[in-house]
Amino acid sequence: MKKIRAFFDARGVIEVETPLISRYSTTDPHLDSLATRFREQDCYLNTSPEYAMKRLLAQWQQPIYQICKAFRDDELGPNHNPEFTMLEWYRPGYDMLQLMAEVADLVGSLFGRSDADPLFEYLSYQQAFEDVTGFDPHQVTAKQCYNYSVDNHVEVPQGLRPEDDVNHWLDWLLTQLVLPTFDNRGFTFLYDYPAAQCALAKVEPGPGSLPVAKRFELFYGEVELANGFYELTDADEQLNRFRRENEKRLSAGREASKIDENFIDALRCGLPDCSGVAMGLDRLMMVLTGTACIDQVLSFAWDCS
Amino acid sequence: MATYSTNQFKNGLKIILDGDPCSITENNVVKPGKGQAFNKIKAKNLRTGRVLERTFKSTESVEAADVDEMNVEYLYSDGESWHFMEPTSFEQYAADEIAVGEAVKWIKGQEVCVMTLWDGAPLTITPPNFVELAVAQTDPGLKGDTAQGATKPATLETGTEVKVPLFVNEGDILKIDTRTGEYVSRA
Repeated sequence: MKKIRAFFDARGVIEVETPLISRYSTTDPHLDSLATRFREQDCYLNTSPEYAMKRLLAQWQQPIYQICKAFRDDELGPNHNPEFTMLEWYRPGYDMLQLMAEVADLVGSLFGRSDADPLFEYLSYQQAFEDVTGFDPHQVTAKQCYNYSVDNHVEVPQGLRPEDDVNHWLDWLLTQLVLPTFDNRGFTFLYDYPAAQCALAKVEPGPGSLPVAKRFELFYGEVELANGFYELTDADEQLNRFRRENEKRLSAGREASKIDENFIDALRCGLPDCSGVAMGLDRLMMVLTGTACIDQVLSFAWDCS
Repeated sequence: MATYSTNQFKNGLKIILDGDPCSITENNVVKPGKGQAFNKIKAKNLRTGRVLERTFKSTESVEAADVDEMNVEYLYSDGESWHFMEPTSFEQYAADEIAVGEAVKWIKGQEVCVMTLWDGAPLTITPPNFVELAVAQTDPGLKGDTAQGATKPATLETGTEVKVPLFVNEGDILKIDTRTGEYVSRA
């Protein structure tokens, strides 16, 4: 923790603190917030400090970082705990590649390695899929993913159907085929995600004709450590995405989330051109200490909390 | 039809897989970053004892298995069925050969067994961990042959053959561990 703070101090990134409880929850179709109540009013524990930090960013236009707890419902396992420690930072003026380089600097400094070490691999989402499956993930259809799985004896989970959203198939094949190839090779940056998996990232023209999301993830072996965006700054586009995500939540049988108007207002005021990243510090600790279960880096595991 | 959603999955939950009742023994969430989550489970088939591995798209639901466990007393066998009684309600259950399985080797009557019921019908019978049975037949042990660990076969009153120490005689009552099928001591 000291090393992380020193890293940002030296680079003039300001530490901030934002509320953990909000009257709004996330619209992310695959995340559920933990809910609580204050004076009869529903409120939610944050799944990440993203919205609040971007509000500060719109106000100050300064590089900021935060180390805080984040909470997610229904996430428990060797790599998941319902509450976990997150490091999140934003860099005005940085594009995705510049921020990836800074992430590598930070992780490299925690490992005590010099920049010369070939510790990090950089792989586009398209390249990663083509290397393993031979198909282009930006153009493939769900039906093709299904056929590919059947032909290559890849397990098809119960409930995943050929007519489903192709991104569910890509998520599945990523965990089954692509991530296992990351084993034993240290850190891997996966970047330029399919446009539909943009979340809060800018979508820009890719190397081919198709647009890609300027989003990256950092993996150590198969474990995801960080997720970053070249941030979307367009308030109307963001609002549309939130609405679409809520539709997906409803069609998946989840509740629609209240859209954070304060956040949309902040984007309207003007979020600087910036990149931001969130890193799971518990998992980073697992990597640094070589442990296989998140319980071993927590003071008290969920069963004992 | 009762169902469980994947977010209710936990160890010991009874669900139907491939038409058989199974008990979940391991449940892991696989989640690629911000994407769709999947549940990878291991489950024990309660009928065959086999362990299955399955994956479900999260929020998918699975048929619940109506499985109960109760203590029952073994009454008698009519050759086709083995009859058990629940001692408080006096309700009787007839288990077939498949349900009784290995238990038949160790029970002669009045033992308290654990019965697993699926949809109200006996699925498995687990005998007590230890039973006491008389030796029906065994050859006399040879005098002087007392080297440690020396054993001889003995047939119990249930017809099951076990290895016993040389000093055991016909008519002795023996304590047997039903999980391993091994002789423990003279009772």
